Amino acid sequence: MKNKLLPLSITFVFIIIFIIFFKGLQNTNIYTPETKTIYEVPSVSVKLFNSNEIVNTLEIFNSDKFYLLNIWSSWCVPCRQEHPILMELSKNNNINVIGINYKDTKKNAKSFLEELGNPYNKIIFDNKGTVSIEWGAYGVPESFLINKNKVIKKYIGPLTKSSTEEIKLFIK
Amino acid sequence: MKILKLFLIIIFIFPINSLKADNEILKNKITKNLRCLICQGQSVYDSDSEFANSLKLVVDNKINEGLSEKQIYSYFQSKYGDWILYDPLFNRNTYFLWLLPLLIFFVGGAIIFKKFIKK
Repeated sequence: MKNKLLPLSITFVFIIIFIIFFKGLQNTNIYTPETKTIYEVPSVSVKLFNSNEIVNTLEIFNSDKFYLLNIWSSWCVPCRQEHPILMELSKNNNINVIGINYKDTKKNAKSFLEELGNPYNKIIFDNKGTVSIEWGAYGVPESFLINKNKVIKKYIGPLTKSSTEEIKLFIK
Repeated sequence: MKILKLFLIIIFIFPINSLKADNEILKNKITKNLRCLICQGQSVYDSDSEFANSLKLVVDNKINEGLSEKQIYSYFQSKYGDWILYDPLFNRNTYFLWLLPLLIFFVGGAIIFKKFIKK
């Protein structure tokens, strides 16, 4: 009995290891960021683009309205691509479009907005990129749909037609 | 008098420098354990991407705010999930990962003990 116990336990351990690795093979090894998790709006002091005023983010997103926070930059090519979508959304009264100007110069950002139009109600100036980290952002462009002080949806990359449709369904 | 002045200057400058050096070591340690999420197989320390550079600045700020290494890890974990840490934390999802080598070690030890020492 004692002689049998050892090979049996070794086989058992190897079977368990095999199952774990076999299951692991089926998992994708490409990292996909979590975009569905709902989390609270981070409370950080930020500088506003136009007035240079320092405010807390909770003061910006204080009403029960829907907000679309969009991270953009004048040097970012996909931001140009999504800009008409933001312009269209800014005409909708049910949503407030807020921008985070990411690692940009004021001069370039201003000429970007003069050229393509300004969809933003308020713009947060984030020249070091640290405010965007507070939101769990990866880069530009990125958008967050916010309601009642909670991020309810995250869009990584430029907004597309389908994501706009989804946003419109949310704010209906 | 001059010597006293020099002595005072050294006393004032030295602790600040050593504090800064300590912070730099801690910052490097932390950024080496943070995965650059938009790079391939690079840590934040190794990467020079916009994302990694911002993360390095945030780590710097958090150290200056007086947060401990663990607190900084859990801060990033809350923002980006477990994936951002190279060294997985010991929790419900990783019990097996951490304990399996120990288990194998003890089983191996038991086999060796049985085979050679008992004889």
